[in-house]
Amino acid sequence: MRGGYVFSEVLTGLRRNITMTIAMILTTAISLGLLGGGILVARMTSHAQQLYGDKVQVDVYLTPEVSANDPDCRDVCLTLKDSMQNNPDIASVEYHSQEDAYNEYKERFAGQKEMLDIVRKEALSAFLRVRLKDPAKISIISEQYSGKPGVRSVSDQRELLNRVFSVLNGVRNATLAIALVQAIAALLLISNMVQIAAFTRRTETSIMRLVGASRWRTQLPFVIEAVVAGVIGAVLAVGGLIAAKVWFVDKSLSSVMATGVLPPITANDMLIVAPILIGSGIVLAAVSAYLTLRAYVRT
Amino acid sequence: MIHLSHVSKSYKTSTRPALDDVSVEVDKGEFAFLIGPSGSGKSTFLRLLLREDAPEKGEISVAGSDLTKIRRSKVPGHRRRLGCVFQDFRLLTNKTVSQNVGFALEVLGRPRAVIKRVVPEVLELVGLEGKSNRLPHELSGGEQQRVAIARAFVNRPLLLLADEPTGNLDPDTSADIMLLLERINRTGTTVLMATHDNAIVDSMRRRVIELQLGKLVRDEDRGVYGVGR
Repeated sequence: MRGGYVFSEVLTGLRRNITMTIAMILTTAISLGLLGGGILVARMTSHAQQLYGDKVQVDVYLTPEVSANDPDCRDVCLTLKDSMQNNPDIASVEYHSQEDAYNEYKERFAGQKEMLDIVRKEALSAFLRVRLKDPAKISIISEQYSGKPGVRSVSDQRELLNRVFSVLNGVRNATLAIALVQAIAALLLISNMVQIAAFTRRTETSIMRLVGASRWRTQLPFVIEAVVAGVIGAVLAVGGLIAAKVWFVDKSLSSVMATGVLPPITANDMLIVAPILIGSGIVLAAVSAYLTLRAYVRT
Repeated sequence: MIHLSHVSKSYKTSTRPALDDVSVEVDKGEFAFLIGPSGSGKSTFLRLLLREDAPEKGEISVAGSDLTKIRRSKVPGHRRRLGCVFQDFRLLTNKTVSQNVGFALEVLGRPRAVIKRVVPEVLELVGLEGKSNRLPHELSGGEQQRVAIARAFVNRPLLLLADEPTGNLDPDTSADIMLLLERINRTGTTVLMATHDNAIVDSMRRRVIELQLGKLVRDEDRGVYGVGR
C-alpha cells in the first residue's frame, strides 16, 4: 500500500463531503478548545496554590494593652512567642511592634494623605508574623492561639484564598463539562461523516474488496480522513487558545497578574496543552471512525 | 482448480435453495461455461468461489484455498489469486484506464515502478494501447470491458471468473471479448464464464456446466447451449 495513493483518496473524500467536514472540524475545535481552557485553568489554580503556599503567613494580633505596654516583647508577648517557637509546625516567628506596624502602614499608604491622617499609631496592634512549615496546616494557628492571653485576633487569609480557588475550580469544572458535551457532539459528527463517506464510496470500496484489498486497506482512508479533520480541529483549538491568551487574558487580566494575585498563563503552559489537544483530537477521531466502520459499515 | 462437492446454499428471502447439492470439478487451464436461465444459481456459484458468501453444506476449494474453512482475514489473499469480470464492468469512474488497471496492483502493494511497467503491457494485450489516459465514460462498452479484463488479468490470476461479460455488448464486440478471453486462457489461466448467450457458447464448443433451479443438470465437454431445445 502506498502512502501517496491513500493520501489522495483522503483529500478527495474530505473535499467531497465538505460541509460535513467543516461542521466536524468546528465542533472538534470547540470541544478541544474548551478542554484546553479547562486544563489551563486547572494549571493556573495549582500554580496559584503553590504561589500562595510559599507566601502563607499568619499574623497573630496582640491586644491594645499588650501592644502599648510591651513594645519590646518581653512579657505576655514573649510567652506567646516562645510557645510558637517551640511549636513543631511553625517555621519562624517574627515580632512586629506597634511602631513597626505603623511604619508598614505608612509605607503602604505613602502618598495617600487622608489614609495617613485617619490612623494613629496607638490604633494599630503589634503582631507576631508566623510562617508555617506546611502551609496546608494554616488553621492550627487560629485553633491554638486565638483566645490566649494577649491575643486579640488571628488573621485568616484562608477564606479569601478559598474563595478565589473555588471560583477557579468552578470555571474549570464548567469548562470541562461543556467540553465533554461538545466532545460527544464531535464524536457523533465524526461517526456520521464516516458513514456518509463510506456510503458515497461504496462502489469503490466493493471494487477494492473484489480485487483483494484487505479490510484495513479499504477502511484506512476513512479513518485517516477523520483523523486529518480531527487534527485540523485541534490546531484551530490551539490557535484559538493562543488568540484568547494574547487578546483577552493578557490584556484584561494583566493588572491582576502583575500584582501576583493570579499567576499568568505562560508560553510553557501552551506548549504543554497543545500536544494534549492534538493527541486528543487524533484519538477521538480515530476511535470513533474505527468503531463506526466496525459497527455500521460492511465491506 | 475449482472443486465443489455437495454444495448447497440458500438465501433467507427465498424458499428454494439457490444451489442444491452441486458437485463440480474444473481443472487447471480449462475454459468452461456456466449456463442456465436467470435465477438458476450462476451468480451464487460465482459468489461462493469469490467467498462473498459461504455455503451451508458441502465443501469448496478454489486455487488451493479451502473456502469452507478459510478465515476472514485470509479472504483478501484468496481474491488476489483470482480475477473477475462483470456484466456492468465495475470500473472506477473517476480514474483513468491505466489507473483502473493499476488499482489492482496498487491494492496488492506493488511498487510504482512495477505498476508503470506492467500496466502498459496488459493494456496492449487487451488492445487498448493509446487509450491509457481516457476515463471510462469516454470509452465504448467493449473497450470498458477490455479495461475490466485487463484489471482482472494484470496480476496474472490462476483463475478468471466472468459473470455475463458480454451481457451488455453487441454480437461483434462480444466476439472480440471472447477472443480475448481465449487468449488469456491460452496463457494457462483457468476461465469460468457464466452466460446465457447461446451463440457464444455454441460457437466456442467448450465445456458446458448447466444449472437449473439451483441443480446441476448437465456437465459436458465441448457442449452447446441448448441440447434438444
